[in-house]
Amino acid sequence: MSALFESIRRVAALVKKELILVFKDPRMLRSLLVPPVIQCLVFGYAASFDLNNIPYALRDADNSAPSRELAAAFDGTGIFHRVATVENPAELATLLDEGKILLFIEIGPDFEKSLAAGRPAKVRIATDGRNSNTAATALSYANEIVRSFNEKKNAASGIAQPSAAAVPRVWYNPNLETRWTMVPSLIATLTLLQTLLLASMSVAREREFGTFDQLLVTPLRPAEIMLGKCIPSILIGFVQATLILLVAQLWFGIPFEGTLPPLYLGLFIFLLAGVGMGLFVSSVAVTMQQAMLYSFVLLMPFMLLSGLTTPIENMPDFIRHLTWLNPLRHAIEITRRVYLDGAGIGTLLPEYGALALIALVTLTASSWFFRRKLY
Amino acid sequence: MEETRPVETAVLAKDLAKSFPLGKQGRVQALGGVSLAIARGTLTALVGPDGAGKTTFLRLVTGLLAPEDGTLEVLGLPMPAGAAEIQRRIGYMPQKFGLYEDLSVQENLDLYADLHGVTGEMRKARYEKLLHMTALAPFTGRLAGRLSGGMKQKLGLACTLVRSPELLVLDEPTVGVDPLSRRELWEIVTDLVRDEGLTVLVSTSYLDEAEKCGSVVILREGRIVASGAPETIRALATGSSFVMVPPSGKAARSLQSVLLDRADLCDAVPEGGLVRCVASSKEAAESLVGSGAKPVPPRLEDGFMSVLHADTVRAAPQGLRMEKPFDTAERGEVIAVRGLVRRFGDFTAVDHVDFSVRRGEVFGLLGPNGAGKTTTFRMLCGLLPASGGHLEVAGMNLRSARADARKKLGYVAQKFSLYGDLTVMENLTFFARAYGLNGARRQGRIDWALASFELSPWAGTAAGQLPGGFRQRLAMAAALLHEPEILFLDEPTSGADPLARREFWKRITALSEEGVTIVVTTHFMEEAEYCDHIVIQDAGKILARGTPAEVRALAHQEKGRAATMEDAFIAIVAEGRAGKGAR
Repeated sequence: MSALFESIRRVAALVKKELILVFKDPRMLRSLLVPPVIQCLVFGYAASFDLNNIPYALRDADNSAPSRELAAAFDGTGIFHRVATVENPAELATLLDEGKILLFIEIGPDFEKSLAAGRPAKVRIATDGRNSNTAATALSYANEIVRSFNEKKNAASGIAQPSAAAVPRVWYNPNLETRWTMVPSLIATLTLLQTLLLASMSVAREREFGTFDQLLVTPLRPAEIMLGKCIPSILIGFVQATLILLVAQLWFGIPFEGTLPPLYLGLFIFLLAGVGMGLFVSSVAVTMQQAMLYSFVLLMPFMLLSGLTTPIENMPDFIRHLTWLNPLRHAIEITRRVYLDGAGIGTLLPEYGALALIALVTLTASSWFFRRKLY
Repeated sequence: MEETRPVETAVLAKDLAKSFPLGKQGRVQALGGVSLAIARGTLTALVGPDGAGKTTFLRLVTGLLAPEDGTLEVLGLPMPAGAAEIQRRIGYMPQKFGLYEDLSVQENLDLYADLHGVTGEMRKARYEKLLHMTALAPFTGRLAGRLSGGMKQKLGLACTLVRSPELLVLDEPTVGVDPLSRRELWEIVTDLVRDEGLTVLVSTSYLDEAEKCGSVVILREGRIVASGAPETIRALATGSSFVMVPPSGKAARSLQSVLLDRADLCDAVPEGGLVRCVASSKEAAESLVGSGAKPVPPRLEDGFMSVLHADTVRAAPQGLRMEKPFDTAERGEVIAVRGLVRRFGDFTAVDHVDFSVRRGEVFGLLGPNGAGKTTTFRMLCGLLPASGGHLEVAGMNLRSARADARKKLGYVAQKFSLYGDLTVMENLTFFARAYGLNGARRQGRIDWALASFELSPWAGTAAGQLPGGFRQRLAMAAALLHEPEILFLDEPTSGADPLARREFWKRITALSEEGVTIVVTTHFMEEAEYCDHIVIQDAGKILARGTPAEVRALAHQEKGRAATMEDAFIAIVAEGRAGKGAR
């Protein structure tokens, strides 16, 4: 019993030292607290997939009441901005080619006639596919406008509604929705970034300055050293996560639907997994530079395969299964669902379980490497 | 050939001064009015304690710093106006020369040749000469990071010399370099001066190196306190140098420690089983003769010490007392090493090494760079597992009881590794807690450490801001908090000035009198004289062992004088290597 007590005291000494080191150095403290907030702001503003300005050109060969009505529907969105109205179809191609417009709309000459006859009236829409994401989004907005135009026309002329009668859930994204999913995901993403770096650098730093040997000749056991390195990283991770949570609510005004316990429980298990990886990196890296480099190499696939920017559903099967190994994927799932849907602990059990398994693996592996490196 | 008027003086300084900001508002006067002329074609040594302004002077000469007051002419050009031109014409090797460790020897040379625009035939001729001179020719493909400390310094020197400078400036070129490499490096430098008429300005904390120079300048607190040929400095101690025989059964270091405390003596060091001391006055000399001391011809270090003594109030460290001294009545074996082996892949760093250390002993581990000393040392401290053999420290097998064994040992790493951002107090508190000291006992031990190592005024200073000597004291204090039975010190005096080294050894002597067992590695062969037993290791094997006197006796007498420890060391290592080559 007293052996355990002594061991706890030694770990406490190490934790205290780590925290003094962090709080002592104003640069260190700044570098831990300022970047997450800035990154959160940058991501929140910049990383939006919504389009709010689509320059387009129109060629109206029919120039009838309904064709003008359709054009007006585009102009009335506030998102489509007509840059040019042309006569010659060749001009459309030029405008698109030069990147002056993102999309053009060409209304066929017998638009009104076809509508009146109940035949399909032709509207040609072409987008600039050089950026496929933007093109697809712009196209989907355009489709939405045309579809709603149809609905109105059909209703007015008493023709039976087209089979797809489903009322659209989102007309189109009124430019906020990506931010709503993005910012809560950042709670997990940015925290992982910082924790991984902090954990890997704190050991690499000791190695580089020679203090690691000095630690090893004290009665501190490898497991105690690991624990002493884990705890401060997790504490700092919590502080960072809380900061981002506050930015999301107070700055971006995204309403927090859930409660804190499921969020912090998830973050805790997630941080364990992250610190485990950081310590793993540190046991492989010899210098701080290497630790930093390895951390970034690790982070890249974690972020790509997390569903942060690209939907996991769109990934090939093999990759999709691989994302189960990614702690960030589960953490993002947890933060999004708690934040936006108000999910409770009970419904998130699979995610907690997956994270716990990953944490177990990373911590075991890093402690094994840690030890092997010593003996 | 020379278009400018021939300048006989390479460096001419008049009332040169330079200060640096210290802390919030204070300034520290690094140089305070130095006037000095260095003739062309000479070899000049700059010596003095740490903080005397040696490096500042060298950096002013190289134009890396601008003088604050006074004038400085280098190769006839006024500084700092001529700095750009001077930097093209001189070679400067700073304390840590910028070798690229991931580049090979050849690539490093190429880089510096490219930087200095040395090309074509000239480059070829220069390479041939430099590689021959430094004996690095067989290693051109090796990464610089894989070279031994001595070879690195030689490569640094070769890179500095790649474009035949008119003036060569070397800042402590032999710190951390073993005696063999040190001797080789100095041969290169003295050859350059003799054969090519190169002007060399070198700072050093080894006074035996200064003895090889044409003139010696002693700096102290930014001022020149003495200068002249080595004979002139030596002559300052004429009639003051003596040797004393320690009472039988007593170690030379114990007598030396007592003599060092005497205010009327400038110096006392163990030498060849005796104690060499320098009297500060006629009366002191008479009193020494009265107590049986024999006069000896002075050496440069004696002159140096008497110059520094003249205006130094020496802060002799208090003797270190342990709370409960270890019983040394029965000198039991505390470290037993039998057949110790350590391999790294195919390479055997430590090859069947045996030795034992008894309680209360000062045990020295000597050997050239790359001999396997550090590997042996790390295994003793439990930082590295052995590949084979038996290792017992403080009665415990390190493999099975590492954590328990560690409570009984203290470790001072080569770089005095402490947390530079933590204050002295925070460092001590952390290590005390890590060693499981709590409550009143922790407070007591920290108070003891602050008092014994005179660290109290520095308690709130960040360890990284401490002057070199104090960092070493803090490292020792931290390693002694838990009152270990055995203290390990890895090259504790590397780069320390002669005064700091004496202070350090005085503490070691005091500790050993309290029954603490000391294991130490060192590059200063005269420091082996402080040890009870030493082993000399090379290429992983032990070549010689015994008391300092026994090891010295292994070397043949040279040039009529008794062999010094350094002579013995070089002879033993050279013999060991020759024997290996023959086989």
